[in-house]
Amino acid sequence: MTMTTASTTGDVLEPRPDLVTVTIDGVETAVPKGTLIIRAAEQLGVAVPRFCDHPLLDPVANCRMCLIEVEGMPKPQPACAVTCSDGMVVKTQMTSPVADEAQRSVMEFLLINHPLDCPICDKGGECPLQNQAMTNGQGDTRFDGPKRTFPKPINLSAQVLLDRERCVSCARCTRFAEQIAGDPFIELLERGSQQQVGIAEDVPFNSYYSGNTIQICPVGALTSAMYRFRSRPFDLVSTPTACEHCASGCSLRTDSRRNAVMRRLASVDPEVNEEWNCDKGRFAFRYLESDVRLTTPMVRVDGELRPASWDEALVTAAAGLKAAAGKAGIITGGRLMVEDAYAYSVFARRALGTNDIDFRPQGSSAEEEQFLASRVAGAGLGPTYADLEKAPTVLLVAFEPEDESPIVLLRLRKAAKTGTQILSVAPAASRGLAKTNGTWIPAAPGAEPTVIAGLDENTVTALSQPGSVILVGQRAAVTAGLLSAVGRLADRTGAALGWVPRRAGDRGAVEAGVLPSLLPGGRPVADAAARVDTAAIWGVPEVPEAPGRDIPAMLAAIEGRELSALVVGGVRLDDLPADAEAALRATEFLVVLDTHAHGLVELANVVFPVAAAPEKAGTFINWEGRQRPSSQALRTNLMSDARVLAALAGELGVVGLDGDLARLRAQLGEFSGWEGVRVGSPDVAAATGEPGPGLLLATWRPLLEATVLQEGEPYLAATARGREVWLSAPESAALGATEGQLITVTSASGSVTAPLVVAETAEGTVVVTGDAHRVLGQSGERVQIAVEGQG
Amino acid sequence: MPSFLDPIAGFGVTFTTMFRKVTTEEYPEERKPMVPRFHGRHVLNRYSDGLERCIGCELCAWACPADAIYVEGAGNTDEERFSPGERYGRVYQINYLRCIFCGMCLEACPTRALTMGHEYELADNNRADLIFEKQDLLAPLSTGMVPPPHAMAPGTTERNYYAGEFDQPGTSDATDRGDEKP
Repeated sequence: MTMTTASTTGDVLEPRPDLVTVTIDGVETAVPKGTLIIRAAEQLGVAVPRFCDHPLLDPVANCRMCLIEVEGMPKPQPACAVTCSDGMVVKTQMTSPVADEAQRSVMEFLLINHPLDCPICDKGGECPLQNQAMTNGQGDTRFDGPKRTFPKPINLSAQVLLDRERCVSCARCTRFAEQIAGDPFIELLERGSQQQVGIAEDVPFNSYYSGNTIQICPVGALTSAMYRFRSRPFDLVSTPTACEHCASGCSLRTDSRRNAVMRRLASVDPEVNEEWNCDKGRFAFRYLESDVRLTTPMVRVDGELRPASWDEALVTAAAGLKAAAGKAGIITGGRLMVEDAYAYSVFARRALGTNDIDFRPQGSSAEEEQFLASRVAGAGLGPTYADLEKAPTVLLVAFEPEDESPIVLLRLRKAAKTGTQILSVAPAASRGLAKTNGTWIPAAPGAEPTVIAGLDENTVTALSQPGSVILVGQRAAVTAGLLSAVGRLADRTGAALGWVPRRAGDRGAVEAGVLPSLLPGGRPVADAAARVDTAAIWGVPEVPEAPGRDIPAMLAAIEGRELSALVVGGVRLDDLPADAEAALRATEFLVVLDTHAHGLVELANVVFPVAAAPEKAGTFINWEGRQRPSSQALRTNLMSDARVLAALAGELGVVGLDGDLARLRAQLGEFSGWEGVRVGSPDVAAATGEPGPGLLLATWRPLLEATVLQEGEPYLAATARGREVWLSAPESAALGATEGQLITVTSASGSVTAPLVVAETAEGTVVVTGDAHRVLGQSGERVQIAVEGQG
Repeated sequence: MPSFLDPIAGFGVTFTTMFRKVTTEEYPEERKPMVPRFHGRHVLNRYSDGLERCIGCELCAWACPADAIYVEGAGNTDEERFSPGERYGRVYQINYLRCIFCGMCLEACPTRALTMGHEYELADNNRADLIFEKQDLLAPLSTGMVPPPHAMAPGTTERNYYAGEFDQPGTSDATDRGDEKP
């Protein structure tokens, strides 16, 4: 009877045409066509030893460690480079003495020149060579000559150190640099026993992704200057965290020893960062140990800030905020976890009774707010990294992925390899765009809306293909009409629209309603039903109805005496507009919640220290809208922003504000799935560019620059890219300057001198890269250029 | 059934013992040498020019079944060199409240930096003093030794040191034994 059932219900699988049947160690299995033998063996639980093989890199069969026997082939074959064919019979080292002998011989050969200096090697204890020498090697060597030696270590970059003696020439690092990162700064040089990884003279391995080569190096040949000799794997406590640096949302593994972070590695997350991350996420964590970390609350007494007890600080802050009843606002940075952002959002509405709350100190507009409310807030997941990979066309607008969301660049590169067309509306054809083999659509700063409205028919057709994606960067906010134009283009073509902010907490802040016109979950403040819904979730009679102010309006209101108190969380003074300092000085009562003492603390009346991202659990929401949970990696006495705000609300006599993570999450979950009225798309006309003297400045924030979160890590800072002035060939010629000559660019706020790079730039535009934005200001400024020394 | 000879038999044991050699040791007035392979307090040895043998590899800490050893490595520089080669032990602590004197750490040590001497007087009235730091464990400087940091001997590399050219004669397993030669 069982037999009958089996045959009638189809328990016996029909062989699918795209599957091939292979026999590995006597076990038959069906795998998709094109599967490498090593992968098929993995599926059966047979671990074939390997060094050069990496699932995300193309096979090379360099190390020869994975030799196995294939019936019908005269010699052992590398399992990492031979694909399964139908009927293939494979014997690994488990069943074949030939394969076993081949692997032992290869291991003996690899160890001939290996220095065996495991005791001083950072890889010791987690080294595939060590491990496989034990499992698939032999105890002795027949080689008794002198080993090949090299001076060690040498710097490939300030951060990446190379010990050539340890290298087994697996080419994982060089393949990663070429295939994944697109930064082929390193290459295998020389032949035979002298084969070594190297860089071109005077061109260091300053790739934003260089840290990944250290992680995938199967021996200790590549090590990082910052982790050098710092600990052993058995010392480390590993915690799964999410990266707090940008909106890419990488999964990281944070390794700490004695409550101090020693290193961070990329975790495997196929949906987001695959197995990679950028150097900022990997190396920038020493800010946690900074000398200017805030550890105790502080209160200003007689004009002087002095440490205070929590009780005193809470009472003082509550008294000050009470005195400013109805005239208090909140400014947060974009680095908050979503639970903390939500706590600020609730605190504003319930404790301060206002909608004056904004998370965008670095340039914003009402158009952006409307765009976020209509298309981002509560939009859920998507477009995703997987959508980018499948998209026929991806259009980038005001977005430089390499600097602003580096993992997006890696995905775009991967997509481009399989035929995705990348287009970028930008002031210049950047190197990042070249890495994606992308097409540049020139647009001078300010002219992007016009360029987008006037895209040619081919581009529009390409974007109209199902699955196409438009990615717009956060910088679009400063160009009037750009977000409106992008929205219209998305509606016209049906392409999915993704907003890629720069900081890790930006998307979370939008979802949590840290905006003057938006309640959590995309509920418009202006809509009565949304307010009722929100009030019901919070269990309060009503939420404030009066429209709130954004940051520029708040700063103006302080000067106009309409606002007298501010609560500021996680904002640096140089994040804010240049005239903000005067307004903040004029604020009668300033409460600051921060991790580090910086400019704003000096202006504060009450300062509360809060825990930094690795010191608390929470969630970031990345640009896709995906939750990126992060665990607490370090023990601390410091509280999260949410807990401090809950305590402050309690002091203000507002009950029901919660600092508990689980309850915050649960309440935030109640806000998902808003089906009521939404804010409509913005429809702002593009500003008409008035011709003026000089050129238009185009610039963006680089990945690596001197910021609070990158402090204390000199090796990383040394790999940052310097400033460059990009001019088109005709403009360079008009200026009489040649490549490499120093050019001075002067804006209203300052001047920068940097070498000239003749590049493709939009007409009338000068691009200044690196951290020049700190001096020159934002894109769209009018600047003068001159050759250095010619006045 | 008790016999009248039983008390005499009992005294027999007493009397024979009276004429045996006594095993009592007059400690602490008289200290006997330990057996050569006695596991006493650890010593961090030096090369004959005073450079430290320890490379801060943490293998001893790894081998320790009692988690009694804490090591932090650091890099030598040409200006400040504590040991031959790239790496030295910047922090070296043994917690004698935890140590069980098994000697696994010695077996793990790749440079014979760590050995055990014959000191066994490890009692104290507080816990903190029983965590021995690097300066407590380092072998005393003997003749010809210069306290680090200093450079390696001119014309040598760490390979000369590892090859045994700077070993101290008679100190392959302890420098402060000082009581008897095996």
